[in-house]
Amino acid sequence: MSDGRGWLRLGVVGWVGVLVALPVGVLAARGLAEGPAAFVAAVTEPAAVAALWLSAWTAALAAAVNAVVGTAIAWVLVRWEVPGRRFIAALVDLPLSVPTLVAGVLILALFGPQTALGRALADVGLPLAYSRGGIVLALLFVTLPFVVRAVEPVLEELDPAEEEAAYTMGATPLGTLTRVLLPPVMPAVAAGAVQTFARGIAEFGSLAAVSGNIPHQTLVAPVYILGEVEAGNPGGAASVSLVLLASALALQPISAALSRRAGARRA
Amino acid sequence: MLAAVVGWLVLLLLVPLGALVATVAASFGDVAAALRTEDALDALWLSVAVAAASVVLNGVFGVAGALVLVRQRFVGRRLLDAMIDLPLALSPVMTGLAFLLLFGRSGLLRPAFDTVGLQVAFAWPSVLLATLFVTLPFTLREVALVLEELGDAEEQAAATLGASAWQTFWQVTLPNVRGGLVLGATLTAARALGEFGAVLVVGGSIAGRTQTATTYIHAAIEERQEPAAFGMALLLVGAAVALLLSLHRDRS
Repeated sequence: MSDGRGWLRLGVVGWVGVLVALPVGVLAARGLAEGPAAFVAAVTEPAAVAALWLSAWTAALAAAVNAVVGTAIAWVLVRWEVPGRRFIAALVDLPLSVPTLVAGVLILALFGPQTALGRALADVGLPLAYSRGGIVLALLFVTLPFVVRAVEPVLEELDPAEEEAAYTMGATPLGTLTRVLLPPVMPAVAAGAVQTFARGIAEFGSLAAVSGNIPHQTLVAPVYILGEVEAGNPGGAASVSLVLLASALALQPISAALSRRAGARRA
Repeated sequence: MLAAVVGWLVLLLLVPLGALVATVAASFGDVAAALRTEDALDALWLSVAVAAASVVLNGVFGVAGALVLVRQRFVGRRLLDAMIDLPLALSPVMTGLAFLLLFGRSGLLRPAFDTVGLQVAFAWPSVLLATLFVTLPFTLREVALVLEELGDAEEQAAATLGASAWQTFWQVTLPNVRGGLVLGATLTAARALGEFGAVLVVGGSIAGRTQTATTYIHAAIEERQEPAAFGMALLLVGAAVALLLSLHRDRS
């Protein structure tokens, strides 16, 4: 029995080692292979800095919007017994199963330059295809479920009687929101926002379709990496990859700690 | 509040979806013709085959990995645990680049694979490898959740009653984790069908060889073949909605 367990463990460790540790290790090694100076040069290249900065602020904006809208959606899903609630719940999960490139194609189908709406918006200076607005829109689409799914279980555990009591005792809706409703859900909101940001800086497919990929304007970091690979600069691509990977790895424990706090509040 | 939430969801999700359906409906003849071409059918077939292989391979690995992670205590267990989530931290392009550094021109493993005559990068094995990488955690995490909730009392009881390890696995453990396995397989299939960045970089989107449904759409956009791009996108939306509905039915 213990022999079988040992072999099973060896197989699992081997599978993860070959499929995950080896490629990620090689990627990290390649990013640093040419020394610290080359690494710094690669990630401080003006186009790289612009791409990293664009990824960071669009992801932060999506996280901020989702923190508000996602909490509102979760609140409606938990507290409102409306017809079609199950439909709304399924709709929220749609971005999880729609391929990310297809999310970009959907936005192009609506706002692309071949559509009347797309041309009209471009004429008034608000194009949503091949623009930074389009990047934020695509991020909002693909990250929609994160805050909702983080906040929903916490709200479910909260007693609606507390909200009603606050009302009865004369609290304003805003007072009820900020003093009764929000404090217990804040860690969950933050956890969902961090997940949104992490996904946002890594997002590729939808942005490859909608962003237009203009250096210094609409070129996000993952698409910049693709450009460097295609231009025959795998070292530079790996260096910028390392910056994104380090950010993602730094965010994972933060999101996990926030999720635990959200769970602890529930218990 | 309700109106604002519903309005947001309709504007962000349903209106673009409607626009896609309307665009396809308006040029249905062209779309149907584009999707019947050999390139489109090859791309669909590769996507379905790779998704099916990923469901099976990561299904086997997911059950084995969950058993090891939940039921065994050993040195390096936490490292293994962290490694399993690592694919979630990588942008798909980085996954493609990582495999390119192994199997591409002057790749680390290239000489070894050249001697046995197996081409990985820009051939179907790279598409499978990249997809296995990005879908690695899904089944394992779902099965592990079930195993943790269940505890091992039933397995202990079976062992006490004289069942062999195999009998316990087939007759107690596997039936118990079936729900998690189905959920993980659904998530794996959805992600595999939709994977784009990694298979674009390491597969190269070669029509008839390494082009998948998603990289086919990408190529069609670049060549301004809108009926082909929109038609294939609608097919993938249909698959996504079908998988989503089965997911919600399983959960409720």
